[in-house]
Order: sequence, then structure tokens, then C-alpha cells
Amino acid sequence: MKEVPLLQVVNISKQFGGVRAVDGVSFELCQGEILGIVGPNGSGKTTLVNLLTGFIKPASGKVFYKGRDITALAAHEIAGLGIARTFQMVRPFYHLPAFKNLIVPLYSPRVKRLSGGKFGDRDAVAIDLLEEVGFERDSFVPYKPASALPHGYLKRLELARCLALRPALLILDELFSGLSMAEVASTLPVLEKLQIEGITLIMVEHRLRELFRLANRVIVLNFGAKLAEGTPQEIINNEEVKEAYLGSEAV
Amino acid sequence: MVSRRRERLERGIKVRTDDVYALCSTKEMLYLVAPRLIPILVLLLLPLILPTYWQKVVIFTGVFALLSISWDFLYSFTGLVSLGQALFFGVGAYLAGSLNHYFDISPGLTIPISTIAGATLCTLFLLPALRLRGIYFAMITLVLPLIFLRIIEATAILGGTDGLTALAPLPGIWIELYLILGIMLVALFALRRLVNSDFGLVLRGIHDNDQAVKGAGINIYWYKAQALFIAALLGSFAGAYLTHVYMFVGLSAFALDFTVVPIAATVVGGMGTLGGSVLGAFILVPLSEVLRAFGPLRIVFYALLIVVFIILKPEGLFNYLQRKYREFERWVEV
Amino acid sequence: MLENVLIYGLINGMVLALLAIGFALTFGISGIANFAHGALYILTGYTVWVFLHTLGTPYLLAIFLAMAITALIGAAIYNVILLRIRGMRSSEIIATFALALAILEAFRFFGFVGAKYTLPTFVEGSVSVAGVIVDYQRLILIGVGAGLVGLLWFFTHYTKTGLAFRAIAQVERTALTLGIDSDRMATLSLAFGAALAALAAIVLLPLGQITVETGLNVLLNALAICILGGLGSVTGIVAASLLLGYAQIITVTYIAPHWLMVVTLVAIFVVLLVKPSGLFGKQKELEERV
Ligand SMILES: Nc1ncnc2c1ncn2[C@@H]1O[C@H](COP(=O)(O)OP(=O)(O)OP(=O)(O)O)[C@@H](O)[C@H]1O
Ligand SMILES: [Mg+2]
Repeated sequence: MKEVPLLQVVNISKQFGGVRAVDGVSFELCQGEILGIVGPNGSGKTTLVNLLTGFIKPASGKVFYKGRDITALAAHEIAGLGIARTFQMVRPFYHLPAFKNLIVPLYSPRVKRLSGGKFGDRDAVAIDLLEEVGFERDSFVPYKPASALPHGYLKRLELARCLALRPALLILDELFSGLSMAEVASTLPVLEKLQIEGITLIMVEHRLRELFRLANRVIVLNFGAKLAEGTPQEIINNEEVKEAYLGSEAV
Repeated sequence: MVSRRRERLERGIKVRTDDVYALCSTKEMLYLVAPRLIPILVLLLLPLILPTYWQKVVIFTGVFALLSISWDFLYSFTGLVSLGQALFFGVGAYLAGSLNHYFDISPGLTIPISTIAGATLCTLFLLPALRLRGIYFAMITLVLPLIFLRIIEATAILGGTDGLTALAPLPGIWIELYLILGIMLVALFALRRLVNSDFGLVLRGIHDNDQAVKGAGINIYWYKAQALFIAALLGSFAGAYLTHVYMFVGLSAFALDFTVVPIAATVVGGMGTLGGSVLGAFILVPLSEVLRAFGPLRIVFYALLIVVFIILKPEGLFNYLQRKYREFERWVEV
Repeated sequence: MLENVLIYGLINGMVLALLAIGFALTFGISGIANFAHGALYILTGYTVWVFLHTLGTPYLLAIFLAMAITALIGAAIYNVILLRIRGMRSSEIIATFALALAILEAFRFFGFVGAKYTLPTFVEGSVSVAGVIVDYQRLILIGVGAGLVGLLWFFTHYTKTGLAFRAIAQVERTALTLGIDSDRMATLSLAFGAALAALAAIVLLPLGQITVETGLNVLLNALAICILGGLGSVTGIVAASLLLGYAQIITVTYIAPHWLMVVTLVAIFVVLLVKPSGLFGKQKELEERV
């Protein structure tokens, strides 16, 4: 008997006015996998992430998580099931200090449930998490208001905020874009560690080199539709994919 | 040419009192405690020496201070702009009036019942608007009290245009005075604590960025509804209380004053501090007693104050004073 | 009876549409909710009155002058007040609301109350339409309302300024990169909205008295229609106006006049519960870019 996939997306679609942002996309994802999603700008990657996480409702199609239909659930309910996502356009709580940003997910019903109702010092946990994604523990950085942090830190704050939710499936929307080489290099081990811990990852990425190193499987979107799916090696050698990427650049 | 620049520095005593060192000397302790203690003492002692007329003004001010705290809590910590504090006030007032008039329940019970029932009702009324962002909440809160007013006026229910009269009074001016002042202080300090708790952080998170709060697995409607309920509690209490002070409830319970004055008090006093709302109320309401002769011009005055402060001094008095207390300024040459 | 309902429902619907359309236009273009809409309406009434009775201006001239003045005031509201708090939606709401109260209460203070503040109708007399007596002013009102809706539609779809308005309304940032001056557009949007409030006042006020309470009533009705129709949709405004217009007249005719407000209230609630973005809303508020 085949085991139930962690995430199952069936023929999902969404239009904005005339634009078919996501057009009949289907795929499956197994526990522990790292799935890469790539595609030219505007090919519907972020929209797909929004559909999976309930931030936008699909026009048609279904999403199953551990065999359960979650298409109609609200965004916070989906997050509560353990599907966390980062935002491509960072969305920190600007007026709060960086570490207080993590209090919000730490205060969520999910974390309360997982920690058995009693929760010690949220601030301490928040600082630990920030250190994990590369905030210097003994500096002022974790205590600065988010509005005073440079972009690289805000991106990693997004990641830390997801980790605070103790996700089972983590969806990263272009986490690496805007990060320096050094920051990318220091963030990669975090993701590798997550994989070892058994957390499933979906990575939307433009930085193909890093992505292809991590991912087990890659999906290519073009004009909202799935153009190709396969191992990184297969994708690199796929003629159609080359054309979609080069074609869009050659214009 | 020497150019000069204004520099802001923290006062030495502020730095010395930042941490446990505050316990070093009485002077430092005083520096910390005085800004809270002195106003509270003045507030509690002043009514003892005031003539009856001004005691009534203090009562009135307390009512508006509660409404102002409620408004600031909604506005600064949840991002909901209420243009209808009169709704909270009016619902509480009419509930208390009806309970006393039709069921002959004594004020000792009508006030708590109306506070809770009124807050529940208001939350239910406004629940549909919580799903929407932007200006919908403001629009609905403005529309509702006016519609209720029209309905009562037209259908002559609940006493119609005459209102409900001869309601039971509270036992004595001292109870009246210290009840409202006590509740006001409790509300102020409880809310100040609440907004700095983890619950308050979630609310501020919603204000900053509601999508990110959803992404963190938190039901934002549930939190907004709770915040709304808390704000409505204060407003409904104020309404129920004043009904028994006046021994009357009428259409004036939905009057725009109850909406405008709290906004003006908070904007002048300083948004986002809660204490500023109280400060603002204690400046504006007595001032408007002095200006009583000008009648409707008072509202014009309040309204213009709101506009001027919003565009010219959005930080308000409380923040300004707090800054002066903690920092000093000097000119330095560069 | 039935003819009565049909005709007066239409009239009532047009009244509501006239009251709401300026507010909706300003909001649709610049995202500014001008809570001073009702105050501007009343302001126009008094301006016309002053022109007619104090200065002895001819009616037609007074009308045009008053409209121009109100439009200028609208533009001034943006440039003096809103410009400094642009983008802070809550501050915009509070500032325009406070301004509305300042204007209205100032009128009350200076004694602009009482039965003598009325404007003459454009043409005296009435006709019988299908057995129902309708005065000319109400016929004119229907004409103006219908004409206005048509004109607006033409304007936003076919003229350059109109298209720029729509572009701004859709994506402000992109419009900026295309060289559309958003401050100028916002100024224009407030001026247009104010002019429409003025137009409504000019057509509607001859049917009643000019009172301070009317100012709040106008705002109330405009808001109710916008909530029902959905912000940012002219079709929605017209449809909601007709719907509520007929609903109110039916209530008044067959139930009792004092249920009118209850109907409005219930309508608002049902719409908010069932379709929160309004009958014709584009869900823009609900589903903005994540
Ligand atoms: N809320 C929205 N309203 C209207 N159109 C939208 C909305 N969100 C996305 N779109 C459109 O849908 C299409 C897909 O956008 P999406 O953001 O999903 O692309 P993407 O693959 O994430 O691009 P990028 O690589 O730039 O992040 C684009 O044409 C975009 O303009
Ligand atoms: Mg994207």
C-alpha cells in the first residue's frame, strides 16, 4: 500500500482578472523531501505559495495535507497545522524589537499545544531562535526594532518566525534573494539541519545553484502552469526550461 | 560661520534608574515613582476640597477619560478607528436605564450587567466589520449609533424622545466620585499592563501587519474581537454609570460628544500611551466647562484641536512631557 | 399605490446615488475617505443661500459659483491637511471627520438654523406620471442623477484624466513610475468629490430645508450606500442606491415610516455578513497582494 503523501495539490488554479496566475498545477510531496519551485518573474510562484497556505482561495482545485482537505481552511488554521511560510516581501512587525517579533508565533495555539500548555520564558526561546538563524546573541541586534534592521536580517527574521511555529512543512518564498553571499552561506546549514530533523521544505528560489544543491526535486512554472518536474539534473538538461528562461530574457 | 545643532541626551538620573540601581537612593526612587504617584494622589485628594459643581465635572471627566482610554486602546494597539464611542456608551446607558426602569433592578446590579451585556452586544454588532480592513470599521461605528438614535426616535421604544426618567441614583456623591476615579485608574493600569503582555504584542502585531500574524497561526478575528470587547467594556460601563448619576437616559446617550471628545482627548494627550488619553480628558473636559457659554462652539474647538494636533503635533502632550522628563536638550556647535 | 412605489422608489434611489457618488469617487481614486462629504454638502447649501439672499446673485450664477467654491475647498482640504498625513489612513479618517464636525457645528453656532434657510426649486409645478403627482424638481433630480452616472462612466473610460484616475486607483506605485502625479490626482479627486457633493446639494436642497442635521444625514446615507455597494465601484453604488431606495419606499408605504432606518440597518448587516466587500465590491480590500 502506498503511503499518504504529506502534501497533495490537485489541479489548482487562480486568476486575477484576465491573468492566469496559477493554471491547473498538481504535484505531491513526501515527508522529509526538499522541493524546489522555480520559474521566471511573474510565473505564479508566490501565488502558488499563497494558495497552499490559505492566504488566497483557489478558483478551482484542492490541497490535501496528510490526506485531509485543507483547501477551505483559513490561513491561520493552515499555519496551525504546521505549514509555515515566509513572505517574499518581508513582513516583520516593524514597531516591535526583533526578538519580540517571535513572540507572536510563540503565543499561537499551535505552540501552546505542542509545549503541553505550559510555556516558560518566551523571550529566551525567541533569542535562541534568532541566534540559530544568525543574529549575534550578545549584540544589540536582537533587541533593535525591526524597522532598524537591514534587509538581510529581516529575511532571516522571517525564517526565525516560521521556525518558532515548529513547522512540519516549511515554505520559503525566495528566502535567499537580497541576501549577501556570506549570509546565504551561513543560512544554508540551517536549512540542512532542518532537513535532518525531518522537516519538509518547499523552496521558491531564483538562486538556482544553492537550490539545486539542496533540492531533491524541482518544479518549473511558466505562465502559471507546470512546465517541467524532475530531479535538479533533469531540469538543468531540459530544453523547454532553458527556452522559458532564456526566452524571457532574450526579449 | 559656526553652525549649531540641537542635541538630545538622556538625563543622568534616567540612566541611573534604568535598572535595579534605582533602588540605590530615595532620590532615584522618587524619580521613578513620582510621575505615577503624584497625579494619582492629586486625583484622589482633589475631589475632597472641590465644590459640588466641580465634583460633578470630575465625574464627567472620569467618564470621558474612560471613553478615551477605550478609544486609544482600539486605535493604537489594534489599528481599529472607532468613530462611534457613542455606540459603546449609548448601549451601556440604555441597558442600565431599561433594566432599572422596566425590571426595577438596583444600580449595584444594573451597572455590572450592562457593562458586560453592553460590551457583548457591541462586539456582536461590530463583528461583521472586523473581517474588513481599512475604513469599514470607522464607517460602521459612525453609522450605528446614529441609526440607533433614529430608530429610538421614530419607534418611540425605550422612552422615545423623552427617554427614561426617574431612574435609581447611586448612593451619594462620594460613591459616584470614587467609583469612576477608581475604575478609571484600574482600567488605565490594567490596560497598560495588558498591552505590554504577550497578548498585547499579538494585538500590536495585528496593527503592524495582520497577514504575518495569520501566518503565525493566530486567528486575528478572535483577537480583534477580544480587543473590541475590552474597549466596549469601558465604554458601556461609562454609559451605565452616567445613567445612574443623571438618573436619566435619553437620546443624548448616542450624541456625537461621546465620540468626538475621546478622540480629541487622546490626540491632544498623546496616542499610544493610554495615560495621554486621561491627561487629555483632564485638560479638555474641565476646559470645556469653562467654555460652556460658547455652546456648540466647543465641538468646533475640539474638532479643530484634533486637526491641528494630527497634522502638527502627532506625538501629543504625554509623549512630549515624558521626553522632557527623561531627556534634556542642548545646543552644540558642529 | 404600486405606481407610487415604483416612481418614488426610483426618485429615492437617485437621491441616495447623488449623495453617495462623490464620496465613492474620491475614495475610488485616491483611497481617501472624505468624512467631510456631508459638511461640504451643507456648506454648498449655505453658500448658494448667501449668494441669493445677501448678494442678490442670479440663481444660475449662484449655483455655479457655489460649486466652484466647494470644489476649491475640496482641493484645499487635500493640500492643507491631508497632504501632511498622506498614507496614514486612520489619521485621514480622523482629520476629515473632525473637519466635518468643525464645519457643521460652526454653522450651528453662527445661527444658520431655522425654516428660512431654503432654496427655491428650479422650476415650479408638477406633472402627473401614470397617475402619480411628481414635481418638476424631482424629475430634474432623476435626470441629473442618470446623466451624472453616464457622464462619470464616459469620463473614467474615455478621457485621459479619467484613465489616469483608474490607473491610480489600481496600483498607485506603478502609476507613479508611469509619470502620473499622484498628488495632483488626489487633489483633483477631492475637488471632484466635493463638486459632486455640491451638485447633489444644489439639486436636492430645494426639496427641503438646509439644516445642520442634514449634514450628518448625508454622510450617513453615503456611508450606508458605500458599505452596501462596495467601495470603489460605480455600478455598485448605483445598484445599492436603487435597491435601498426601493426598499425604503416599500417599507414606508406598506409597513410604517419609522421602520425605514431599521431596513437600512438590516441591509447593512446582511451585506456585511454575506458578502463583506459589498454587493459589487471587487474584494480588493480583502484580497490585496500578499
Ligand atoms: N493580488 C493580485 N492581484 C492581481 N494580480 C496579481 C495579484 N497577485 C499576483 N498577481 C499577478 O499574478 C501573476 C503571478 O504573480 P506571482 O507574484 O505569483 O509571480 P512570481 O512567480 O512570484 O514572481 P516573482 O518571481 O517576481 O516573485 C503576475 O502576473 C502578477 O502580476
Ligand atoms: Mg514571487
